[in-house]
Amino acid sequence: MLLDDKRTRPKHYVSLVFLLVAASAAIIPLYWMLVTAVQQPTLTVTFPPEWFPSKPTWINFERFLARPGVLRWTTNSLFVALLVTGIQIMTSAMAGYAFAKKRFPGSNFLFYLYIASMMVPGQVTLVPLFMVMNSFGLQDTYPGLILPAIAGPFGVFLMKQFISTLPTELIEAAIIDGCGEVQTFGRIILPLAKPGLAVLGIFTFMGQWNEFLWPLIITNSANMRTLPVGLALLQEELPMQYGLLMAGATYAAVPMIVIFFMFQRYFLKGITVGALKG
Amino acid sequence: MTALRELGKRLYKGRWGYFFILPNFAIFTIFFLVPVVWSMVLSLLDYQWWGTEFVGLRNYAQVFNDRIFWKAVVNTAYYTFGVVPLWLGKALLIAALIFPFRNSIQTFFKAAFYLPHVTSAVIISMIWLWIYNPPFGLLNYLIRFLGIEQVAWLGNTRTAMPALIFMQVVMGGGSSIVLLSAAMNGIPTYLYEAAELDGARPAQVFFRVTLPLLRPTLLYLVVTGTINSFQVFTNVYLMTQGGPQFSTTTIVYMIYDTAFKQFQFGPASAMAMVLFALTAVLALVQFRWLGQEVEY
Repeated sequence: MLLDDKRTRPKHYVSLVFLLVAASAAIIPLYWMLVTAVQQPTLTVTFPPEWFPSKPTWINFERFLARPGVLRWTTNSLFVALLVTGIQIMTSAMAGYAFAKKRFPGSNFLFYLYIASMMVPGQVTLVPLFMVMNSFGLQDTYPGLILPAIAGPFGVFLMKQFISTLPTELIEAAIIDGCGEVQTFGRIILPLAKPGLAVLGIFTFMGQWNEFLWPLIITNSANMRTLPVGLALLQEELPMQYGLLMAGATYAAVPMIVIFFMFQRYFLKGITVGALKG
Repeated sequence: MTALRELGKRLYKGRWGYFFILPNFAIFTIFFLVPVVWSMVLSLLDYQWWGTEFVGLRNYAQVFNDRIFWKAVVNTAYYTFGVVPLWLGKALLIAALIFPFRNSIQTFFKAAFYLPHVTSAVIISMIWLWIYNPPFGLLNYLIRFLGIEQVAWLGNTRTAMPALIFMQVVMGGGSSIVLLSAAMNGIPTYLYEAAELDGARPAQVFFRVTLPLLRPTLLYLVVTGTINSFQVFTNVYLMTQGGPQFSTTTIVYMIYDTAFKQFQFGPASAMAMVLFALTAVLALVQFRWLGQEVEY
C-alpha cells in the first residue's frame, strides 16, 4: 500500500496516539458508568474520584434489582423487542422479495412510497397513533407497544436491496422444478437471505430494546413500562442515587454491548448496507 | 372493455407480488401512512373530547404566534448546526487517520467508536447527568486542574445547549466513521498513485482526491445527521426538560409537551407539520448543494 511507505511510518505513531485518545473520550463515560455502579455508595461522591474502585461491591445492583418492577420491565422489553424483530423480519423479507423479484402493476409507485416515508420524521405520526391506540383501547397494552414499531419502512428497503443481489435464475429453476411460490420463498430465498435477515434482525432488536419515546407515551401503568422508560422514571424519582442509577444503566446496557461484540461483523456490515440508498 | 381486461390480466399475473407485500403494506398503511395523513388533518382541527371543529389555519396561527415555539425552532437549529458539522468533522478525521492502518486495527477503532451507539440515549443521558453534576461530577473534577471554577453545566442558560451538543459529539459519529472508511476503501488505488506521481502532497491528495470522491457518502451523512438532530428528544427530556428558561426546548420536546402534557392535539400536529416541512426543505437544499454526480 502506498501509504505504508517507510517515509510516512513515524507519523502513524502520532495518529495512533491521537486515535486512542479520541476513542477513550467516547469509551470513558461508559467505563465511568461501570465504575460508579460497582463503587461503595459512600465513596461515590468523594474527591478525588477513584478510577479503580478499591472496594468494589454488588450492593448497587442488589438494590436496583430489589426495586419493584425491574424484572417486569426487563421481560416487557425483551418480549416486545423479540416480537417486533420476528414480525419485522418476516414481513420485510416478504415485501422485499416482492419488490426485488416480482413484477406487478404499481410496484414502482409503492416502493417510492416506502422510500419517501423514510424521510418523514417519526414524530409526525405520534399524536394520530396515540389517538388510534386510545380508540381501540390499546393504550397500556402489548399490541399498543408493538404495532406501530413493526410499521417502519426501513426493513423493506433493506431486504429489497439484499434480495436484489440474489440470482433470479435460482427462483426460475425452483419454479420449473415444481416449487410453489410460497415454497420458493421459504426454501430458496429465505436461506440465501440469511445474512441480510441477520443484519435487519440485529438492528431492529437494538432499536426496539433502546426505544424510548413511544413506550413513554403509550404506557402508563408501572407494569407495562419497558426498561428505558423505567430507568428514566427512576432517574426522576431518585436523581441523587448515582450508584443505583449507574447500576440500572449498566444492567440495561450490558446485553446490547455483549450482542455487539458477538455480532460485530453484522453491525459494521449493516451500517454500510443500510446506507446504500437509491 | 379490452383495456379493463388487459389490466385485470396484469393484476392477475402480479398476484404473488401483492400476496408477498400484503402483510407489510397493511401494517405500513394503518400505522404509518394513515397517521401521516391524519396528522395533516388534525393540524386543521380543534380536537376536544366534547367535540371537534374545523378551524382552518388557526392552530398554525397559534403556533407561529407562540414565542416559545420560535425559541424551540432556533434551539433546534442551534443544536443541529452545532452537532452535524462537528461530528462529521470528527468522523472524517478519524476515518482518514485509520485508513493507512491494517484491517484489524481499523476494525478495532471502528468498534470502539461505534460502541456508544449500541446503548440507548436514555443510558447515555443518565451517564452524562452524572458527569455534568455540579458538585460531584467528573467534568467539574477534571476542570479544576485547569483552574476553572465548577459550573452547573445543565442549569445555566449559556452552557446547557453546548453541553448537550458536546455530549452528542463525544459519543456520536461511530456509524459515520464506519461508512466513511468503507467509502475510502472503495476509492481505486491508482488514483492515489497517479496523484503521487504528479507530486501531490498528502494534504493535497486528501483535499483534491479523497474528499471529492467521498461526496455521495458525505451527502448521505449530512442529510441523515440533520434529520436525526432535528428530532432530538430523549437527551432533552432526561437532562434538562427543555430548561433552564426554555434554553434547550427543541421542536420535538415541545410537540411532546403540547400533545401529552397539555393534550392540545391540534397545535401539536401543526408543530409536527412544521417539523416535517423544515426537514424536507433542508434535505432538498442539501441534495442540491452536495448532490452532483461523482465519476471515477
